[in-house]
Amino acid sequence: MAIFLDSTSRVIVQGMTGAEGIKHTRLMLSAGTRIVGGVNPRKAGQTVDVDVVRPDGSPGATRSLPVFGTVAGAMADTGANVSVVFVPPAYARGAVIEAIDAAMPLVVVITEGIPVADAVDMVAYAKARRTRIIGPNCPGIITPGQSGAGITPANITGPGPLGLVSKSGTLTYQLMHELRDVGFSTCIGIGGDPVVGTTHIDALAAFEADPETRAIIMIGEIGGDAEERAAEFIRDHVTTPVIAYIAGFTAPEGKTMGHAGAIVSGSAGTAQAKAAALGAVGVPVATTPRHAAAVVREVIGARAKG
Amino acid sequence: MDLYEYQARSLYPKYGIPTTDAVVVGSVEEAVDAAIKLGPGPTVIKAQVTVGGRGKAGGVRVAPDAGAARVAAEAIMGMTIKGHTVRRLMVARAVDIAAEYYASLVLDRANRGYLALVSAQGGIDIETLAAERRDALVRAEIDPLAGLDAAKANALVASAHFAPAVAGQVAEVLVKLWDLMRGEDATLVEVNPLALTGDGRLMALDAKITLDDNAAFRHPGHGEFADTEDMGVLEAKAKAAGLGYVKLDGQVGVIGNGAGLVMATLDVVAGAGEKHGGVRPANFLDIGGGASAEVMADGLGIILGDPQVRSVLVNVFGGITACDEVARGIVVAVGLLGPAADKPIVVRLDGNAVDAGRAILAEADLPQVEMASAMDDAADLAAQLASV
Repeated sequence: MAIFLDSTSRVIVQGMTGAEGIKHTRLMLSAGTRIVGGVNPRKAGQTVDVDVVRPDGSPGATRSLPVFGTVAGAMADTGANVSVVFVPPAYARGAVIEAIDAAMPLVVVITEGIPVADAVDMVAYAKARRTRIIGPNCPGIITPGQSGAGITPANITGPGPLGLVSKSGTLTYQLMHELRDVGFSTCIGIGGDPVVGTTHIDALAAFEADPETRAIIMIGEIGGDAEERAAEFIRDHVTTPVIAYIAGFTAPEGKTMGHAGAIVSGSAGTAQAKAAALGAVGVPVATTPRHAAAVVREVIGARAKG
Repeated sequence: MDLYEYQARSLYPKYGIPTTDAVVVGSVEEAVDAAIKLGPGPTVIKAQVTVGGRGKAGGVRVAPDAGAARVAAEAIMGMTIKGHTVRRLMVARAVDIAAEYYASLVLDRANRGYLALVSAQGGIDIETLAAERRDALVRAEIDPLAGLDAAKANALVASAHFAPAVAGQVAEVLVKLWDLMRGEDATLVEVNPLALTGDGRLMALDAKITLDDNAAFRHPGHGEFADTEDMGVLEAKAKAAGLGYVKLDGQVGVIGNGAGLVMATLDVVAGAGEKHGGVRPANFLDIGGGASAEVMADGLGIILGDPQVRSVLVNVFGGITACDEVARGIVVAVGLLGPAADKPIVVRLDGNAVDAGRAILAEADLPQVEMASAMDDAADLAAQLASV
């Protein structure tokens, strides 16, 4: 099982013909994702040849992907139900609004550096319609062994019983690596911007409803109060064990730490407050990524015996 | 980016937000000249810093005449407010204040929209206002797609119990502040106080604005607001190289890929440092995703140039970033820096192209470089090397 993305997902790439777009289209295809086309109004009607790479690194088949002028056109022609967005910041808002207007069910926005006002608009617009947005400024979502929509490397680990939701891309990869022998149902990078489409809570709710996710790893970081709100949600609605890791205990006040959303403002948004809120509802909070992996092993080991 | 008051005020005219005449100056003499020019009559001398609490710290003084303006300017210029040195003053024409109000618009991360806050009782800071006069502070969510129009502003002002004589003016200013918020891509616009003058005019006597750095590309005019004076040499270098860098006060230089992983690395270093004489991380430095050898070399050069740094920890998990590029960057940087690269560098590589990366470092056999296989061990070693 998986959440939001599986082997039946049909994926298009908005901004496929750009440098990042084409690079990651190749990686996604090589990982087995069903990419059915791309969108670029200026290159509509063309096709793009992508050389797939086999898991062992040897060259595979060349795939010819159609480029559509609009998202609606791509959906009509291919039955696409997921769009991955690599469009540059200045045009990302328009691209995402177009996908929402076309009733695209899932839009994964990888682009970093989108103005927060544009993110607010996209999220509000999506909420009023039928689209789920993941991101922006995120690595996307991967269901190992089935499909990947975004830039998370597919060769770190395979399928398994762990769900993961994270604000950070590289910490996601780190934990996938630490627990590569256990495997993951789905890993979602929700992004490090102040406003994102899919929250920790959305992912927790979906993992809770997934019978094959036996434990959930939640990675948070300084800024905002998403982790505190997630703690309340876990207390009231989540029975699947959750293990948390929070980054940024040593972050100074008032400095943006890489991610636009990672900032302690006054006494708000500290790692200490987040860890305390999660601890108070019985969620173990690990001190390092390696410790997080050890706690996860303990939890699933205990569950297996029990 | 947090703007200084004088920068924030400079955005008011475009949106028709009423404020007092004011001049920003960089010396006491200029302050006196400005007070004379703005006179006759009293002026207000205000410290220009990007932190709150200026009034309490003695950074805002009313000067009845030019002589008093000199005394005030001499007292305020150069003072330190919450760690910020005052280098500029604003000299503003003082007005006769009949009442003080509060108005702000803020990005609301939790609700993924905007929040308007208004109060008919202003003049004190928002924290105090929220704590002590909670009922007087009215909050309203703004639907981002609909915005804040006159009808909503009127309703908000009515619920905050403004006197009928000023309610219309306050609502008008609120709509203008909203226009500024969206027009300039601000994440915070705060006016405290929004004052009613003796002759019945509403004026924004202060301005606190935070701009969204991600939106800089569509506001070329915002470039002039960048505060380069307070930026250290290392920060300036990092900014020029396009690297995310934050200077901290410890001894272990940290460089990694991805904001979350670097933050985690700082935490692990601080934890390891407790066992090694209390050493702490010296900086945050994120080389980003898919970094090339050149980017890695730039980053390492900046960190090795920090005199506080006693050891360096390179912690990379290759997702998009390839470990062989990182390794090449280390070799290049050490070569370029020559004898200046005299600090131990602990390198932990994992993930994409890790074997190739480790092989490059093994072959280069740099005397400064020590390899570690896991993040925790690497942090421990770097902390130990920084403690001796």
